[in-house]
Amino acid sequence: MTRTLFTHARLLDPASRLDREGEILVSEGSIAAIGEQLPRDGAEIVDCGGHCLAPGLVDMRVQLREPGDEHQETMATAGAAAAAGGITTMVALPNTDPIIDEFALVEFVARRSRDIGLTRIRTYAAATKGLRGKELTEMGLLAGAGALGFTDGITAIADAVVMRRALAYATNFDLLVMQHPEEPRLAEGGAMTEGEIATRLGLPGINPAAEVMMIERDLRLVEITGGRYHAAHVSTAEAVEAIRRAKANGLRVTCDTAPPYFALNETAVGEYRTFAKVSPPLRSEEDRRAVVEGLRDGTIDAIASDHAPQDQESKRLPFPSAASGMVGLETLLPLALELHHSAGVPLLRVLAALSHRPAEILRLPAGKLAVGMPADFAIFDLDRPWRIDVNAFHSKCRNSPFDGRPTQGRVLRTIVAGRTIYADSGAAS
Amino acid sequence: MRHRRLPTGETRLPLPEPRLLPIVPALMTAQSASLAFPHRHLLGIEGLSPADITALLDRSETYIAHNRQADKKQSLLRGRTIINLFFESSTRTRTSFELAGKRLGGDVINMSAQWSSIKKGETLIDTAMTLNAMHPDVLIVRHPESGAVQLLSEKVDCAVINAGDGMHEHPTQALLDALTIRLRKGRLQGLLVAICGDVAHSRVARSNIQLLNTMGARVRVVAPRTLLPAEVERLGVEVFHDMAQGLKGVDIVMMLRLQLERMQGSFVPSLREYFRFFGLDSKKLEAAKPDALIMHPGPMNRGVEIDTEVADDIDRSVIRQQVEIGVAVRMACLEALGETPRNIAPAK
Repeated sequence: MTRTLFTHARLLDPASRLDREGEILVSEGSIAAIGEQLPRDGAEIVDCGGHCLAPGLVDMRVQLREPGDEHQETMATAGAAAAAGGITTMVALPNTDPIIDEFALVEFVARRSRDIGLTRIRTYAAATKGLRGKELTEMGLLAGAGALGFTDGITAIADAVVMRRALAYATNFDLLVMQHPEEPRLAEGGAMTEGEIATRLGLPGINPAAEVMMIERDLRLVEITGGRYHAAHVSTAEAVEAIRRAKANGLRVTCDTAPPYFALNETAVGEYRTFAKVSPPLRSEEDRRAVVEGLRDGTIDAIASDHAPQDQESKRLPFPSAASGMVGLETLLPLALELHHSAGVPLLRVLAALSHRPAEILRLPAGKLAVGMPADFAIFDLDRPWRIDVNAFHSKCRNSPFDGRPTQGRVLRTIVAGRTIYADSGAAS
Repeated sequence: MRHRRLPTGETRLPLPEPRLLPIVPALMTAQSASLAFPHRHLLGIEGLSPADITALLDRSETYIAHNRQADKKQSLLRGRTIINLFFESSTRTRTSFELAGKRLGGDVINMSAQWSSIKKGETLIDTAMTLNAMHPDVLIVRHPESGAVQLLSEKVDCAVINAGDGMHEHPTQALLDALTIRLRKGRLQGLLVAICGDVAHSRVARSNIQLLNTMGARVRVVAPRTLLPAEVERLGVEVFHDMAQGLKGVDIVMMLRLQLERMQGSFVPSLREYFRFFGLDSKKLEAAKPDALIMHPGPMNRGVEIDTEVADDIDRSVIRQQVEIGVAVRMACLEALGETPRNIAPAK
């Protein structure tokens, strides 16, 4: 029987609001005991050196490019990157080639996850066949195979009738429908957020209203259907406010955001920096602040990495033609910790958005330090300063606008089911 | 070897003084002072100081008379290779640059989007690297996407002139417009300029707004709301949606070309409606100052954005002078960049 005792740790559990020094005993991949001065009897000891031990991160939205675009990323390289980022579970979007709209492909993801044996990989399934936005997928069968929710990935479910039926049908099995909230016609051809900077650069703009319009439409459909709805990567003040109101009205609505939307604003585009081209686009400083406030008050439930690997050929193009997206697995934790260090968001609130809340939304047995839970942990030095270096990434792609950014908080060790899947050089042992 | 003035803070020249017209420029001689232009590339008007602009305009002025001589050939750029790289079709701009380069004695090569490797899907950067390996001295680039010329300039060792990138900038057009105005009005400072038409999709408008503001003119834009970019007033312009109000008391009326594909129902309902409300005719022109100049970057859509009677008004329309001055301005730009020593550190 493998037993590991993590000692001298600052235990942080957002679910129970625990924040104190202690020890945690892991047996057979699960948490066996939490306390102080736990019995050693033969357990392997991991001295955490006083650093933080929190539930492993649950990254609720990543693009893994496997199957189909393995030159950009594979589940193995993404797994290594996620492990280095303190992520113990990540959930892939279905926009691969082939598209994940058949239950055999959901099972394929599960098998690859087991074979790779790093960060746990789960997947959403397409909400509509072929992501074409017309016919519903076999939601019941797909959920049975392990799909955690239904989404058309990086495209919006634009047709109101299709969205209504997806939400309504999903209620049969109480399944989650996740939207890429952007009115596609209004956003068509847009390269960055509309405003003075886009005008100066001569780039076609996307009005920020494209986001709130789609969310408000969907919220009406949620009222009609009683569906369980999640808005992905919320980026505007108005969208945050719409979701705040919907929650106050008791709708079953959740949302997340991603680091670019609280750590950057539209000025990062600078002189056509394509690494700052993301979807939705980087917004104004006012919007960025509203996202921070949404995270502080819990309107925004979760922070996802929105990991979107793009190779050089996709990014070294004129801005309007360049692909959208940035890699995010290895920078998720330090960028989220900026909310604590610089914006004064309570640490447990930040960690809840990174683990406990996404696990709750996805109904995963994760995101908690509690006896009987899987032993998925991130051990990190909360204060250690370092500089983000894309050349040290485990991901196949380097498309991060955060290269060179000084940051604070570093993953020391990542544990899945009691097993160390990543240890920083110089980590406590 | 000529000595160049180093870019320092105190070289800023005074704004141009009002002058009498016509100006009779001195002929270019080998002894004339070198043109101070402290930039590696000409990617846009943004980033140029009033001194930079004035220096280019002053030098351009000398070339106008030069170009009227029978013998137009100079040897200033002898041995230099200039490549016209046009990813978007163009006749007048390409020809204008080609003439400018040849009159300065440079070897000019034209490459267009029909160039086989571009057709075969070669990326912009690969094209840039390929050309760079042939050691050109100046690349003149037009591209349909904003920012493409800057991207290319980051990958080559030679000087790059932006001949129009998407909806971003077209600096030589703004310079030639400014010189046209200066020759007729004697100054730029304090003039009231109305830029009318499709501002949203116009690189000419963006470069002109930058230049005119830099030189102390006041700029208005007059257009239907569908043809104005978001927050355009933040560029330092007054916004009008009515020609009678927008042209009131202006010294210069600058018309923009309306792309035909934008006219049929997408941005404006029809040609006749556009002409009725935003086309320049003698009636609408009455609001402007009696001596207001009419400009157009060409090619004109007669009867769409401009009435023939107005376009051909020999007293007020300077549309053909703009073309003449364009060659002179491009000669000055080529001189400014073509003479730059190749061994200066590449810009970031």
